[in-house]
Amino acid sequence: MAKVRGRGIAAVNYPTGMNLGGDPSQALIFCQPTGNFSVKLASTDLGQGLKTAIAQIAAETLGASLDTIIVDTGDTDSAPHCMGTFASRGTHRIGNAVIMAAREARQALLDIAAEELEAVPEDLVAANGEIYVKGSPHRKISIPEVAGAAHFKYGRTISGRGIFLKPLSKVDPETGACDPDSTEAHATTVADVEVDTETGEVTVLRLASAYEVGQQVNPEMVNGQIIGGAVMGMAHALMESVFPYYPSLDHHPGSFSEYLIPTALDVPEIESVVLEYPSSNGPYGVKGVGEMTANSPIPAIVNAIYDAVGVWITDLPVTPEKVLRALEEKEAYGSAGSRRNQ
Amino acid sequence: MNTLTDTLTVTFKLNSKPVALAVPPLTTLRSALREHLHLHATKAGCGQGGCGSCTVLVNGEPTLSCLLPVALVEGQEVTTLEGISSYGSLHPLQEAFYEHFAAQCGYCTSGMILTAKALLERNPHPSREEIAEALSGNMCRCTGYLPIVEAIEDAARKMEEGQ
Amino acid sequence: MKQLGIVGQSVRRTDGIGHVTGTTRYVDDVFYPNMLWLKMVRSPVARGIIHSVDTSQAEAFPGVAAVITARDVPNNWYTILGLIGIGPNDEPVLADSEVMYEGEPICAIVAESEEIACEAASLVRVEIEEQEPVLDLEYALSPQAPAIKKWGNNTYMYDGMDHRQVRFGNIEAAFAQADHIIEGSYQMSPIEHVPMETHVCVVNPEGDGRLTVHTNTQALYFSLDNTAIILKMPTHRLHFIGGTVGGGFGGKVDVITEPITCIAAMKTGRAVKWRWTREEEFRRSSTRAGAKIEFRDAVMNDGRIIGRKVRSLQDAGAYHRHSPYGLQKHMANVAGPYNIPNVWIDAYCVYTNRQPASAMRGFGVTEASFAVEVQMEKIARTIGIDSWEIRMVNAYRNGQMRAIRKVVEDATLVETIKAAADLVGYELPAHLRAMHSNDYTREDNDQSHGEGAPRHDR
Repeated sequence: MAKVRGRGIAAVNYPTGMNLGGDPSQALIFCQPTGNFSVKLASTDLGQGLKTAIAQIAAETLGASLDTIIVDTGDTDSAPHCMGTFASRGTHRIGNAVIMAAREARQALLDIAAEELEAVPEDLVAANGEIYVKGSPHRKISIPEVAGAAHFKYGRTISGRGIFLKPLSKVDPETGACDPDSTEAHATTVADVEVDTETGEVTVLRLASAYEVGQQVNPEMVNGQIIGGAVMGMAHALMESVFPYYPSLDHHPGSFSEYLIPTALDVPEIESVVLEYPSSNGPYGVKGVGEMTANSPIPAIVNAIYDAVGVWITDLPVTPEKVLRALEEKEAYGSAGSRRNQ
Repeated sequence: MNTLTDTLTVTFKLNSKPVALAVPPLTTLRSALREHLHLHATKAGCGQGGCGSCTVLVNGEPTLSCLLPVALVEGQEVTTLEGISSYGSLHPLQEAFYEHFAAQCGYCTSGMILTAKALLERNPHPSREEIAEALSGNMCRCTGYLPIVEAIEDAARKMEEGQ
Repeated sequence: MKQLGIVGQSVRRTDGIGHVTGTTRYVDDVFYPNMLWLKMVRSPVARGIIHSVDTSQAEAFPGVAAVITARDVPNNWYTILGLIGIGPNDEPVLADSEVMYEGEPICAIVAESEEIACEAASLVRVEIEEQEPVLDLEYALSPQAPAIKKWGNNTYMYDGMDHRQVRFGNIEAAFAQADHIIEGSYQMSPIEHVPMETHVCVVNPEGDGRLTVHTNTQALYFSLDNTAIILKMPTHRLHFIGGTVGGGFGGKVDVITEPITCIAAMKTGRAVKWRWTREEEFRRSSTRAGAKIEFRDAVMNDGRIIGRKVRSLQDAGAYHRHSPYGLQKHMANVAGPYNIPNVWIDAYCVYTNRQPASAMRGFGVTEASFAVEVQMEKIARTIGIDSWEIRMVNAYRNGQMRAIRKVVEDATLVETIKAAADLVGYELPAHLRAMHSNDYTREDNDQSHGEGAPRHDR
């Protein structure tokens, strides 16, 4: 009877976008005469921080300062269609739609600024809420001034329309050929676990991962997905089941005391490094990250259990009972894994 | 007594102000706060005492408002998240949660902050383990808890230094 | 590359202050004067024939404003995949003649308070002739099992076939050539999203005949469009408001609250709120699909996987929801991010009498990655190849052909493996450190584009 440690690794991919495409999103941007930009979306923020990421993308593309961006979502009367937030599509599709809208609005800004500065739009740069002439930064005008002039002096709009659609592709029924995704993110997780051979309990000591996400819009928010995903993945591997005696319906949980999710006491050490290899088609190279982070820990933990005690538990969740039964079988039959699990 | 149609009067202190309510007898404190007083910071996550998102402070103690009949706070002091700072300013815990990205969807946040506040009042420099222990009744599905623990550590430091 | 100014910065969240002060507004914070509360009456059994539904006592209960049954639903079908061409419609909004899972909605009580609605709900008498539920995946596929779906079997039909498949290269030739055949079976039971915020919907009937629908759906327009179809209402009469969700994880894309709440609002002429209990979230809301995935791999002594045969069963539960879509996503990923020249996949979307599965974080890929990576470890341990090496040798490279016949681009698997090794202080041997995702060059005799015999060499 002992506590035995083991290490396991897992390398995974995760596709960006609704499978097979056909999931468009639109964005509208208008500029108020005082120089604030309203980004109209019918998208949803589930907590991952989409509204913030979109504000950053809009500000970057417009050359506006971040605090002048108002992301307004979601109301179907005042915002165009968005397919929704799922399939790690949000920042990618909505970000692309916002870039398209922001480019149009930016061009309108530059056209007015050119008139005000007596320059040509091609010679102008927009950054941090100001527009200036390349090489002569003292020849500048603020975006609020441009916005006011556009509306009250020139009678011109500063607004933009954007859409991103990856057209729906079909699955060939014979070969399975299809075009499922816009791009792929990747990850490798190394799990260190400790298995108590007396109780069957598995403790995850550390999850160390490398995530490749194209381009981080907001590194702390990406980190939020990494940590949150790690804990959810760990829970999937070790704790959770709607049907503990699946496929039987018995003992169907109805509360937090029957369906276990981790508490603050269950969190392992979580370390990560983020790589950025910009995607060919994401906004500033973004790839979706929100789902992948909950996937890679699961097989890494199962592999670590094998490394520790020589049993394959291939039926999730890995409960203490399953570990003990597998250890007993291993002892009885001397094989490297439960015969039931192979 | 008809628990569906009768009313009961309850008087208590809420965020330092006196409050009197006439509500059905089995109204929970959570329901009184959210549906009768329209204070929405306290969340309705489960109604079973399992998630902690309804946590408020009763006489300074973290209490699951979804399981507490409001009648039992007669004469007591109740603190909700709305009561720990005034408009335009933030309690150090709120500041720390904001700085550390400790809220993603935000649903567990009120319960977390109030639980932390009570912890820091009785233990001004808790270890990570003590923080995790204090939070073990507050479920979070989004953050993985680490940013929350870090925020509380940071707030504890700042509260010690500043005041 | 352009120098970025704001993208790439960890700016504080725009909703951060709202969250920490408790002022962010969620759907449960929406209140209207004289708002009613809705509670759902649900099937107590997993499978059965409904003989009668007696709502008379509930209707007479003081404080009950309306009872909604199947007769009140203009188009009593969940159409959620109809908009992307998946059918036929198989799930009623409210059960009418039969029930297919324990917890299936039968009728709704709308009352002055949540408590009154609960009390009245308990007075509804439903007479159901119970039938033996089909619960096991293999049994559901076998000829012994009763067909629980109206088209006569227990799988989703894709283009006239009872499964989706990938056929790439020549799997039998791969098996014949292999040094090792390695098998593995991987299973997971359903799990739940457990967002801290349960499903909530509030509908207010407006004076101009429109309905204002406050919902925490993850997909506003998708929910609007489906609601319009179910209500047989032109879409311009619906106004959906949302955008702030207290945790979704894929569990709030089923359009499961809006149609009924709309019907209740129209029937009573008052605002109606339907807030799911936590028990409903655990026991009635959609889950991740249970899965059983079997691998049979053809492996060479040097660790290259030259053939992969997969049989995969996804437990969709009682109804489609998003499972037919998810199964295709699973199929596209279950061979893994590896360069395997011969791939044979049969993937089945199987129906059973349990609460329906639908989208959940990782949809279809979670179980694929789990199975692929444990199988990879099994291969490594069985043939005696290092765990890092086997993944790097097989990892797909840019320019190679995936089994679904799409050329690999944006590959970075090798880079993440190297970075993870660095992170944990594991020193990879030089020949592995030299690898990268662009180290594949197509030879003239390269047959990695799928057809013909498997490649022998690199």
